Amino acid sequence: MDTASQLSRPAPGRHGHASASIQPAWVRLTHWLNAIAIIIMVMSGWRIYNASPLFGLHFPKGITLGGWLGGALQWHFAAMWLLVANGLFYLLMNVITGRFRRRFLPLSVREALRDVAAALRGRLAHPDLAQYNAAQKAMYLGVVLVIVLTVLSGLAIWKSVQFPLLRDLMGGYDAARWVHFVCMSAIVLFTAVHVAMVALVPRTLLIMLRGR
Amino acid sequence: MNKPKPIVTLDRNLILRDAVRELDMPSRRLFAKRAVTLGGLSMLTGCSLTDDASVERFLTAVSRFNDRVQGWLFDPGRLAPTYDESRITRPFPFNAFYGEDEVPEVDAGDFRLEVGGLVARKASWTLDQLYALPQTSQVTRHICVEGWSAIGKWGGTPFSEFLHRVGADTSAKYVGFRCADDYFTSIDMPTALHPQTLLTFTYDGQTLPPKYGFPMKLRMPTKLGYKNPKHIMALYVTNTYPGGYWEDQGYNWFGGS
Repeated sequence: MDTASQLSRPAPGRHGHASASIQPAWVRLTHWLNAIAIIIMVMSGWRIYNASPLFGLHFPKGITLGGWLGGALQWHFAAMWLLVANGLFYLLMNVITGRFRRRFLPLSVREALRDVAAALRGRLAHPDLAQYNAAQKAMYLGVVLVIVLTVLSGLAIWKSVQFPLLRDLMGGYDAARWVHFVCMSAIVLFTAVHVAMVALVPRTLLIMLRGR
Repeated sequence: MNKPKPIVTLDRNLILRDAVRELDMPSRRLFAKRAVTLGGLSMLTGCSLTDDASVERFLTAVSRFNDRVQGWLFDPGRLAPTYDESRITRPFPFNAFYGEDEVPEVDAGDFRLEVGGLVARKASWTLDQLYALPQTSQVTRHICVEGWSAIGKWGGTPFSEFLHRVGADTSAKYVGFRCADDYFTSIDMPTALHPQTLLTFTYDGQTLPPKYGFPMKLRMPTKLGYKNPKHIMALYVTNTYPGGYWEDQGYNWFGGS
């Protein structure tokens, strides 16, 4: 079956009915709200980081959000609510609707490594956009875990006295700042690769906008 | 990209009135209301975000909401970590909204701590009278809003006992402070009564030097650095939101760590 007709065939939904959506409305909504929240958190976070850099790196003011430390903090502690509320809704819906099981399982580490290696060689085909390849499953699950760790380390920084268990889990207040920074870097790296992949397969952007 | 917000154009009276009104409102209704304001919606569009007045109002409203969340999260019985004296950061950093050459010099002999507001005994205190109060010390982590931290040792009198001694109305909401360097801030009563909140007179066993806040600094390891006022000249108990130097400019008022 050629690629074009594969792409135009609707994805089978639950109960075997043909669904109009490869990505249901709630997935698209949470995806874009998350994108907005992440962008605000990262850009305001960079401005906050600049106030007391961990090492020699300094983020150019032009790519930060907030105008000054006070403004950046306001944005950071506003968008965090959107990030967490939207994120929890996404996770809950994935479990309730069974999408997590359908889209992400089974997950094989061996397959994921094979697909990532193929992608790096420019050999990863993506004929059926209604399904995630193993590299996607690993990356999307991975970034969710990284975002969770970013939130937890952020909470340890913000409330190191009121959340002692979290603080100790991170290895202390100073260590939490490093965990937070490394996780942010992973999110930024993921985003760069993610956007590049979308640019290579633009149909995926349409699917995330209209659902199919 | 965006110009820094001009500090001198803030109308403090209007901000205070807004803040007092907002703090008295049920936070849930207020948050829902604010979330659908123009400020909230414009966050989703591409318009210039940080210079829009309605965006500022939205961000301020969220900060007020965060004050309530932090008040709810605050455990009056939970102690901040303490450390061995070997962990003290040497030298302890100097930090203020001005340079070290502008640190105020307060005369010890002339100094009187003014106590006012909702207290039974409004008499002022000399330093000798304050030094005669029960003293204790702590080695705790000072956390700056900028992200860095430093461990220091402060000695002084427990603030909750001081408040009881002056007959303070501990059902009131705020304790406000005015400082010799024109700094001012205010804290919530539960934090004022916290066992680790000290009215301190010494640093690392020596009388507080001017750069660390002579004659006294309110040390609260449960709050960020900018909430710990130095060079205190007056303190008062009140139910009227007193604001603060940084808080009036947009920093979060509760500032809990």
